[in-house]
Amino acid sequence: MSLLIIIIATVLVNNFVLSYFLGICPFLGVSGKASSAIGMGFAVTFVMTLTAAITWLIKYKVLLPFHLPFLEYVSFILVIASLVQFVEMFLKKSVPGLYRALGIYLPLITTNCAILGMALLGSLRHYNFIENLVFGFGAGIGFTLALVIMAGIREELEFADVPKPLQGAGITLILAGLLALAFMGFSGMISGG
Amino acid sequence: MKKGSASYEFVKGLWKENPVLVMLLGMCPTLAVSNSAINGVAMGLAVIFVLVMSSLIVSAIRKLIPSEVRIPSFIVVIATFVTMTDLFFKAKYPDISKALGPFIPLIIVNCIILARQEAFASKNSIGLSFVDALGMGLGFTWVLFLLGSIREILGFGTWFGHRVLGSWFHPLIVMILPPGAFITLGVLVGLKNMIKKES
Repeated sequence: MSLLIIIIATVLVNNFVLSYFLGICPFLGVSGKASSAIGMGFAVTFVMTLTAAITWLIKYKVLLPFHLPFLEYVSFILVIASLVQFVEMFLKKSVPGLYRALGIYLPLITTNCAILGMALLGSLRHYNFIENLVFGFGAGIGFTLALVIMAGIREELEFADVPKPLQGAGITLILAGLLALAFMGFSGMISGG
Repeated sequence: MKKGSASYEFVKGLWKENPVLVMLLGMCPTLAVSNSAINGVAMGLAVIFVLVMSSLIVSAIRKLIPSEVRIPSFIVVIATFVTMTDLFFKAKYPDISKALGPFIPLIIVNCIILARQEAFASKNSIGLSFVDALGMGLGFTWVLFLLGSIREILGFGTWFGHRVLGSWFHPLIVMILPPGAFITLGVLVGLKNMIKKES
């Protein structure tokens, strides 16, 4: 039951993009087209789930037993960077189909703050291993959802008459604000979260 | 002012190449911690410290880093200074540390900092990298301060915790919630574009 709550809370109530502002850079950059939004979303979900597993193991099996909690940030970011590199090499060799679909998005993920944000939030909340895994997966799905909705709106926006100074980033941010407003409708569903 | 002179490299970050309003970098902290003026300033100062120190170090060791591993090396330098900042806030200002939450550690992946290392500090002298980092950091801070002020005044009717609008004012709660952040920043970016076109 609590796993279900974690999923709903991270996908809808505390959506990573729209209420924690994590992963805004790719959100603004890649959300122009629905197809690339889906590709980016799945790449992020994949890496996030793996990161959730590995950072949990590092924190509870290495850093805490050896009294090194101050190395948390340095080790997390290094793990994420090397994980992305490793996933890229692995997919290229073993699953070329998936690699072609996700390939160009993978390098962008290292600097995606949603990944590190997820690792840090999970660590702050003292989840157990399974909960952390579910949290990472839910965060990725929530990111994908926001990205795909935004891409759908922006494709329609190309035909709209937007005031000149607001074209591009301005109108995208305002749209994101309206979308965040809509997502706030979920906030009564779960208390805490 | 000529490109490459110290004064040019300092001023460009404030307006012409402002990291937030023009280059749209560092969006996560900009939106997340700008719900009050004090949070905005605290975040801005933390970023200035990390940016200036990392730029100094990266620029000092730029000839020693092989270009294949430069990004991981930059990240390790940045993460070290972020850890210092985080421990400092936790020890000295626990309230602010709690309000900023995971956004202090998230300075590591703030694209402004990595972008300045990659685009500037790794190619320029220590002195120029210092003024560039300071200018970019201040450019980030004033936007954050402005955004935080607007949202705090409209959302609470207060500024730095002091009441500035009378009792007639009905606070617009939405301004301090996530949607207010997106909409205010969107309007600011639009205003910046408007001013740029006229000048």
